[in-house]
Amino acid sequence: MRTRSILASVLVLLAFVAVAPLHAQEAGAANVELIRWSIITAGFALGFAAAFGALAQARGLAAAAEGIARNPSAAGEIRGVLILGLVLIESLVIYVLLISLILFFIKPFGG
Amino acid sequence: MEQLEHPLWIVQAVNALLGPLVAAALHPLGFEFEPGRDVIPNYVVMSGLIVALVTIGCLLIRGRLSVENPGKTQILLEDGVGALYSMLEEWIGPKGRRYLPLVGTIGVFILAGNYMGLVPGLMAPTSSINVTLGCALTVWVYYHVQGVKEQGLWAYLKHFAAPPGAPIFIAPIMLPIEIISHLSRIMSLSLRLFGNIFGEELVIVILFSIIPFLVPLPMMLLGLVTGGLQAFIFVLLTVIYLQGATEVHAHDHEQPHGQGEPAAAHA
Repeated sequence: MRTRSILASVLVLLAFVAVAPLHAQEAGAANVELIRWSIITAGFALGFAAAFGALAQARGLAAAAEGIARNPSAAGEIRGVLILGLVLIESLVIYVLLISLILFFIKPFGG
Repeated sequence: MEQLEHPLWIVQAVNALLGPLVAAALHPLGFEFEPGRDVIPNYVVMSGLIVALVTIGCLLIRGRLSVENPGKTQILLEDGVGALYSMLEEWIGPKGRRYLPLVGTIGVFILAGNYMGLVPGLMAPTSSINVTLGCALTVWVYYHVQGVKEQGLWAYLKHFAAPPGAPIFIAPIMLPIEIISHLSRIMSLSLRLFGNIFGEELVIVILFSIIPFLVPLPMMLLGLVTGGLQAFIFVLLTVIYLQGATEVHAHDHEQPHGQGEPAAAHA
């Protein structure tokens, strides 16, 4: 029963996706709405990405500081691993920044 | 983004000098240029400028190198090369020294490119996705070629399917994951550098358009930090990818005695 309802909702979603371009071509009014929402989404997406990226980086940094405090002779290796990890976390935030910039400046939804 | 780009005199000079020549050369290939636009884009001019500056600098320094009486510049450069050597040996092992030419070139190019954006009248070539994608593709092709050279074609392809020590029936799961992970390295390498440098330039431009005096300075200071850090990260990831590709696995758990295992370097 549950799988059938999931299937039905997926089908409805697909139908919406298939019909959506027709609506987008139809009128400019819906387009303005879409642009407005895309800008709001871009700001919120970057906020979320920055918040959780900062949280993750803070956890890594705290663990590294603790490790260095316990064993100062391992500071060099810990620093290397820390920088690598921070950059890998940060690049996810950068992806969201790029998506936000695309939404702001290139405006894929017209306008 | 056209409204944020201001004309740079050096780009205009190069275009006035070489533009008609390049346009005439590209015309048979089917490229058409509008009369008002620059034929040679900003980032190509800036990359060429880096090449010219590094070449001239090396030629100037070459005459003053000496073993008995090294100057300050020579000691500085030797420290830089030594740091790269120690990084390569730490990750790859004693045979890592042979990868210095490409790794060092990429590092010098990206460092110079990042810092060029802070000089008035110039722009950072690495704030264009074309340049960073070029660097990332170069690294990507290079480490695959080195992996094939080091391990042989069949062994290299096999280490995609089944990591050493793992049973062979894991291959149908591992192969798609490995292929996606290797393809995503191009995207992550290029977009990380591009996003950092482009975002930093954008922030400076926006602050400059609000208050064009002293306010952008902290951001430019931050640009000094991120520029060096991103160049270092690009080089570090290049070295890690090279290590993953060229590591020859012995028959059993006889790992080469490296300092650090590449912890989760699959992004």
